[in-house]
Amino acid sequence: MFIQFFYLLRRKGVPVSVTEWMSFIEALYNGYFQSSLNHLYYIGRAFLVKSEAYYDMYDLAFQEFFGGISTEGLELDKVLDWLENPLNRLPKLSPEEMAEFQKQIEEFRKNHDMDELMRQFRERLKEQTERHDGGHKWIGTGGTSPFGAYGHHPGGIRVGGESWMQSAAKVAGERRFKNYRNDIILDVRQTKVALKKLRELKREGAEEELDIDLTIDKTAKEGGEIELVFSRSRENSTRLILLMDTGGSMLPYVELCEKLFSAASQMEHFKEFKYYFFHNCIYQDIYEDMANYKRIPTEKLFSNFHKGYKVIIVGDARMAYSELFDVNGNIDYFYTNDKPGIEWLVKVKEHFPHTAWLNPTHKSYWGHYTVDTIGKIFPMFELTVDGLKDAIKSLKSKTKRTLQN
Amino acid sequence: MTSRTQGYSGSADYIASKPLMEIVNVAVALKKPLVVKGEPGTGKTLLAHSIAEALDKKLLIWNIKSTTKAKDGLYVYDTVQRLNDARFKDKDISDIRQYIKHGKLGQAFMSDVQVILLIDEIDKADVEFPNDLLNELDEMSFHIPELDEEVTAKHRPIVIITSNSEKELPDAFLRRCIFYYIEFPDNDMMEKIVRVHYPDIEVKVVKESLKRFYWIREMDGLRKKPSTSELLDWIKALTLGGVNIEKFTSELPFLGTLLKNEQDTERFARLSNAQGGAGFKRRF
Repeated sequence: MFIQFFYLLRRKGVPVSVTEWMSFIEALYNGYFQSSLNHLYYIGRAFLVKSEAYYDMYDLAFQEFFGGISTEGLELDKVLDWLENPLNRLPKLSPEEMAEFQKQIEEFRKNHDMDELMRQFRERLKEQTERHDGGHKWIGTGGTSPFGAYGHHPGGIRVGGESWMQSAAKVAGERRFKNYRNDIILDVRQTKVALKKLRELKREGAEEELDIDLTIDKTAKEGGEIELVFSRSRENSTRLILLMDTGGSMLPYVELCEKLFSAASQMEHFKEFKYYFFHNCIYQDIYEDMANYKRIPTEKLFSNFHKGYKVIIVGDARMAYSELFDVNGNIDYFYTNDKPGIEWLVKVKEHFPHTAWLNPTHKSYWGHYTVDTIGKIFPMFELTVDGLKDAIKSLKSKTKRTLQN
Repeated sequence: MTSRTQGYSGSADYIASKPLMEIVNVAVALKKPLVVKGEPGTGKTLLAHSIAEALDKKLLIWNIKSTTKAKDGLYVYDTVQRLNDARFKDKDISDIRQYIKHGKLGQAFMSDVQVILLIDEIDKADVEFPNDLLNELDEMSFHIPELDEEVTAKHRPIVIITSNSEKELPDAFLRRCIFYYIEFPDNDMMEKIVRVHYPDIEVKVVKESLKRFYWIREMDGLRKKPSTSELLDWIKALTLGGVNIEKFTSELPFLGTLLKNEQDTERFARLSNAQGGAGFKRRF
């Protein structure tokens, strides 16, 4: 009955698969939701959402789909008042009575659509104005109406029970997971393929792979005396830092940058992958989020990451002269920088020798003084699949040169 | 509902949030592996211990390291040992069985009673690691080609998997699991957690230390944020050291229990001076 919710989730970008949906439905039919929106929220999330990055989208979808119910959340307090202190608790039932009860429940389920019941519940909620005990129509206790608590109606809606932290719709409304969202799914295969080239296979870690060729060689040399030779297994040791410009002039290229970012973050291929954002030019702070709220000192980049990290900077490199060359020249009115941006760029270059700059604008537009200057500091490439390939080549060739030195 | 009355509802020394409890119960009932993700110090590993205690079942812990291979959890055929034994003719090496050692997953399958299997920090291993376990966790059986034997779980173990989100887990793997992300406990929750560990402690001490704890956590640029276990150590140190509350407001004693490296301590000193005194201007 929630199949529309499935499609809504997918529309919102939560990658729910049919397998997951089926397990969710299974849980639903086994009654783990206890007719409670809160249970539905948390258990649904556990079944359908497999990364906190999608929690926000789930919240949005949940709110959209079940949001109508949240307005009744306030009314529910009133209903719960009616249900307090029941006249009589549930009587103990004999096995025969239980069987009869069971049958009734099944019959009720057959005859009544859950949606229909929900609708009736809402209607009744509108009409009812006071507490009811023992009746058969209104929401109350001890009665046989399908709505209420401590009653006898088979398969009705139970109101109340244990209170959870908050109402689900409210939790969903808070959107606490907004910051975990980092991904936009696009067709990023080509970018991924290009990034795959960025690897250095090194033998690292404990020696625990039995090197069969060497073992045979050695054993033969020793005249049959078995000699075991172990070696390290090969692993990709590339560590990548992505620095992305979020400045206004980058807006037209957002989609392009998202593609690169998505590809890089989905790679599971690098030993380490870090990303930070900056606004037009790098100064003493860079940011952990796109909206430039979470500031971290650029120095931290240097102290936390050694020079073996490869850095890809994405930006149009086009800015006002002052933004690059002047103290306090940055574009943000409330932000001061006591060193001009260019000094910071040079610092980045000095600390990370393997750095490439990807420019989303076309090469023919690069004739601009700041672009030229930055192009002299970092090797600059177009943000296209080919440009990316070249950039990766340059990142790799430098590695070789330093290794030879 | 039966799931609530019979199921897991936290244990004496572990506070689980309501949604988490419910999800543990659903995972147990539906026999699906439960993936628990969250910051270090949110009690992911302890959850498994707590479930084991509450349900009174044996707990098998498979600690994952960067070198762990999926096959290690099933069984290891110690060929090298056999080869070695073959050199000296004093041992009968014809029985391969003696060189096959079951890993944790294998042990969980062979157990005569239902056990709880904790696969701890699965993200430490190679990215392909979870995928290699797909079939085993799905079917709860595996094949040993050397013996041509099928090992099938006598009782489906309850599988709890923890991840520090160092690496993303593959989709195909996650699809078969139930997922829960533990948020870092907020003030109220943390107070409960402290209470469970130190029931006799003064309310004021708890409140004051929590205030400072969250303040330190919110400081920018710390290499390692203090987590729950550090807080508990700190409070213990405070009570054992008999620090009085008056002194508490002007300086922070036993800082070493909270901040574990030198740079963090320096940074803390700098920031707290900049913010004036013990520096509560910003938040309180």
